[in-house]
Amino acid sequence: MSSIANHTAMVKPSMENKTTEPSPKAPALAAQKIAVSNLNFFYGARQSLFDISLKMGEKKVTALIGPSGCGKSTFLRTLNRMYEMIRNTRAEGDLQLDGQNILEMDVAKLRRRVGMVFQKSNPFPKSIFENVAYGLRVNGWKGKLPELVEASLKRAAIWDEVKDRLHKSALGLSGGQQQRLCIARALAVEPEVLLLDEPCSALDPIATAKIEELLFVLKDSCTIVIVTHNMQQAARVADDTGFFLMGKLIEFNDTAVIFKNPARKETEDYITGRFG
Amino acid sequence: MSSSVATVSIPTRPAPVGRVRSFLRRLRSGDEIAHMFTFVFAASIFLITVLLVYELYHNTALPRHKFGWNFFTTQTWDPVFDNFGALPFIYGTVVTSAIALLISVPLGVGAAIFLAELAPRGISDALTFIIELLAAVPSVIFGVIGVFVLVPIMRKYVEPFLKATLGSLPIFKGPIISGYDLLTAGVVLSIMVVPFIISVSREVLLAVPVDQREAALALGATRWETTWKVVVPYARIGIFGSVFLSMARALGETMAVTMVIGNVVKISTSLFMPGYTIAAVIANEFTEATGDLYTQSLIELGLVLFLLTIILNGMARIMILVTQGRGTSQE
Amino acid sequence: MSFRYAWRKFVNVVMLSLTGVCALSAVFVLIFILGNLVYYGGSNLNWAFLTRLPRPVGETGGGMGNAIVGSAKLLFLAAITGVPVGLIGGVYLAEYGGKTFSFLVRYTADLLNGVPSVVMGIFIYTVVVIPMKKFSALAGGLALGVMLMPIVLRSTEQFLRAVPGSLREGAMALGARKWRTVLTVVIPAAYKGIATGVLLSLARVAGETAPLIFTSFGNPFWSHGWNDPTDTLPVVIWRYALSPYDDWHRQAWAAGFILLGLVLLVNISAKLILSRGMSSGRA
Repeated sequence: MSSIANHTAMVKPSMENKTTEPSPKAPALAAQKIAVSNLNFFYGARQSLFDISLKMGEKKVTALIGPSGCGKSTFLRTLNRMYEMIRNTRAEGDLQLDGQNILEMDVAKLRRRVGMVFQKSNPFPKSIFENVAYGLRVNGWKGKLPELVEASLKRAAIWDEVKDRLHKSALGLSGGQQQRLCIARALAVEPEVLLLDEPCSALDPIATAKIEELLFVLKDSCTIVIVTHNMQQAARVADDTGFFLMGKLIEFNDTAVIFKNPARKETEDYITGRFG
Repeated sequence: MSSSVATVSIPTRPAPVGRVRSFLRRLRSGDEIAHMFTFVFAASIFLITVLLVYELYHNTALPRHKFGWNFFTTQTWDPVFDNFGALPFIYGTVVTSAIALLISVPLGVGAAIFLAELAPRGISDALTFIIELLAAVPSVIFGVIGVFVLVPIMRKYVEPFLKATLGSLPIFKGPIISGYDLLTAGVVLSIMVVPFIISVSREVLLAVPVDQREAALALGATRWETTWKVVVPYARIGIFGSVFLSMARALGETMAVTMVIGNVVKISTSLFMPGYTIAAVIANEFTEATGDLYTQSLIELGLVLFLLTIILNGMARIMILVTQGRGTSQE
Repeated sequence: MSFRYAWRKFVNVVMLSLTGVCALSAVFVLIFILGNLVYYGGSNLNWAFLTRLPRPVGETGGGMGNAIVGSAKLLFLAAITGVPVGLIGGVYLAEYGGKTFSFLVRYTADLLNGVPSVVMGIFIYTVVVIPMKKFSALAGGLALGVMLMPIVLRSTEQFLRAVPGSLREGAMALGARKWRTVLTVVIPAAYKGIATGVLLSLARVAGETAPLIFTSFGNPFWSHGWNDPTDTLPVVIWRYALSPYDDWHRQAWAAGFILLGLVLLVNISAKLILSRGMSSGRA
C-alpha cells in the first residue's frame, strides 16, 4: 500500500534500455475490474482513439496522463458511455466491467455502477441535500434519504462543513467544496468504479490536497480512474499509470515504473518535460 | 506478471439489428416517448402556420379570379357595385409608414448611438429600460392618446405651423380639416416604431468589437468621431436591418392608425387629408362586409399585408445576421 | 491646430447633446402617455366601474366589469392553448430537435410571430367563426393563443439552451435518462426565464385588439360560457374612444389606465426578475 510520502519526488529515469516496441506491458494485478481490448473511438469519420488495451485493477487508483488533446478524457468517457450524449460518435472494441460488456449493458445501470466527477464542478442549482439525493431518487433507491445523504457527505469528507446548511443552495459553496459535493453526489449510489476527469484542475493547492487525501480513503471501497495533466498528482496518488499520446496508449504500468524507469522514449520525454 | 491477454474483440453488431435494439431500448426507457411527445407539439406550430397560409390563399379565390393583378392598380373600393381595388390602401400604408420612418429613423438611431456609445453606463441602462417599456404599450392605448391628445395638437398647432412655413410643398397644400389625417397617423406610427429602432440598433452597435473603438480613440479621435466614423459604419447593415424590422411592424399596426387616420378611401397628395391603410380597412369593414366577394377582397388585402411583412422581416433578419457574423469572422 | 481641435470638441459636445435629446424624447413620450392616463383615467376609476355592466348611452355610472372578465377569460384560454404548445415545442427544439425539422419549426414560428394581428383575426375567423356561425370567446381566446405560441416557443428554447451542458452531463452520469434529466434538472434550472417569458407574452397579447374585433366581437352583457361573443378591455376602449359621448370617453381613459397599468406592471417585474436572475447566477 502506498502512501503520499512514498510518491513525492520524481526520480530521473535511467537512460538504458529504451525500446520502441509498440506493445504496452500489462501491470501485475489483483482482480481486474475493467478490461479494455482494442478500443477504437470515432467522432464521425475522425478516429481519436487507436487500439487501446489495458486493464484496471480492483480497488486501485489508475491514473491516465498525457498532453492536452491526447485522448485520455475521451477514453475515460467511453467507460461510462458519456460520449453517447454527442451525436455521430462511435466506440468499437471490447470493454468489460467485471466481465460484462459495457457497450451492451443498460446505460443507466452502467452509470450507477461507474460514477463520474467532472473537471469543473457542476452541482445542480438545488440544495446540497437534493444534489446528493438526486442519484438516489433517479435510481429508485430504497432507504431513508437523510441517512444515505449524510453517509455520502461523510465519505466525501465534507459533512462537517455542510451539515448545518443542507437545504441551502449548493451554489453557495466554494469551488473546492462544490467539487467534494459532486464526489458525494457520485458516491451516493455506491458505485464500484469512480471516474475523475481532471477533478482538481480548477482548484487551489489546499482544495487539491483535500481531494487527493479523499482518494486514498476511497480506494478501499472503490476502483478509481483519474485523468490528470498534473504528473506530480499521478505520482502521488496512483497505483498504476497509463500514458496517452495522440490517441494511443503508449505505456501502462506501475506508477513507480512509469516515472522512474519508463520503457518507451515518448513516455520519458513527456515525464522529463521535453514536451507537453 | 500475467501475459498480455490476447482477446479477440467481439465485432460490433451489424448495423440494422443494432439500431433496432437501441430503438427498443430507448422506447422502454421513455426517451423515445419523450421525443415523440415533444415533437407533436413542435409540429403543431408548423402545421398551424401552414393552415394559416392555406386559408388565406383559399379564401381569396373570388377576388383573385375576378380582378387578378388589377386589384393592385384599381383605385375604387365600391361595395355596392362589387368593384374592389387595393391602391388607396396601399398608398395610405406606404405614406404613413414613410412618414413614420422619416421621423423615427433619425431620432431612433440618434438615441441608439447615445445609449450605446456616448452615455455613461448607468444612464444608458436606465433609459433603455424605460424605452423598452414603450415597446410594450398596446396599440389601442396609442390610439386613445392619438384621438384625445395628438389630434387636437396637430389640428391646432402643428399643421397650421407646417402650412404657414412649408405650405408651398404639395404635401402641405390642402385645407386642414380635422386633424384626422395621413400626417397624424404617420406621427403616431413613428412613436410606436421608435423603440424598436432604438432597441435593435443599440444592440447592433454594442456588438461592434471593442478593438475598433480602441483603435480610433488611440489615434486621438473624439468619442463622437469614433462613433460616427468607425462604429456606425461597421454596424450600418444591422441598423438597416432594424429599419426593415420596424417597417414590418409599422405595416401591421392597426388600431392606433385607424383611430387617427380618418378612414376615408381616397388618394391625396396633401398630408392634411384623411386616408386609409390596409390594416385599418380590414379592421373597420370586415364585420360589416356583405357578400363573399367583399369579404374575400378584404382577406386578399390581408394576404398582401402578410406577404409584405414576411419579405421585410426576412430581409431584416439577413441584415442583422450579416452584422453579427462580421464580428466573429474578423477575429 | 488648436482651433481645429476646439471645433472637434465642440462638435463632440453638440452631438452628445443632440443624441441625448433623441433618447430623452423617447423617454418623454412614455412618461407623457402614462401621465395622461393617470390624470384622465385615474380620476374615473372606482369600484363600480370595475364591476358593473355598461349602461345605455346617457346614463352615467356604467362599468366595464364584463370587459375585464372577458379579457381574463380570453387570456386564460390563450394560456392553456398557447403556453403548452410553446413550452413543450421549446423543449423539443432545445433538447431533441433534428436539424431540418427544427429549422422548419423555427422558421414557421418566426413567420407566425410576424403575422399582423388583423391577419391572425382573419385566420381564426375562417377556421373557427365561420364553422361555428357566430362570434365567440372561444375564437378570441384561440386567436390570442396562436399569437402566444411562437413567443413562448422561442423564449423557452432560448432559456433551455442557456442551461450549461455540464448540468446535463452531471445528471446523466448518475444514471438519469434524458427525459428525466430534462424534466428534473434542465427545466428547473431554466424555470425563472421560462416563467417570465410566459408572463411577458401574456402581457403582450392582453393588449391586442385587432384580432378580437372579428373573433370575440363584443357584448354589452355578461357573456357566459365560451360560445358567446364577449367584450374585452381593448375592444371596448377602442369603441368608447371613438364614440361621441363624453362619459364613454372618460371610461375609455379609465380602462386604458387599467390596461396599461397591468401590462407595464408585468413587464417591469419580468425585467427585474430576469436581471436579478442573471447576476445571481454568476455568483
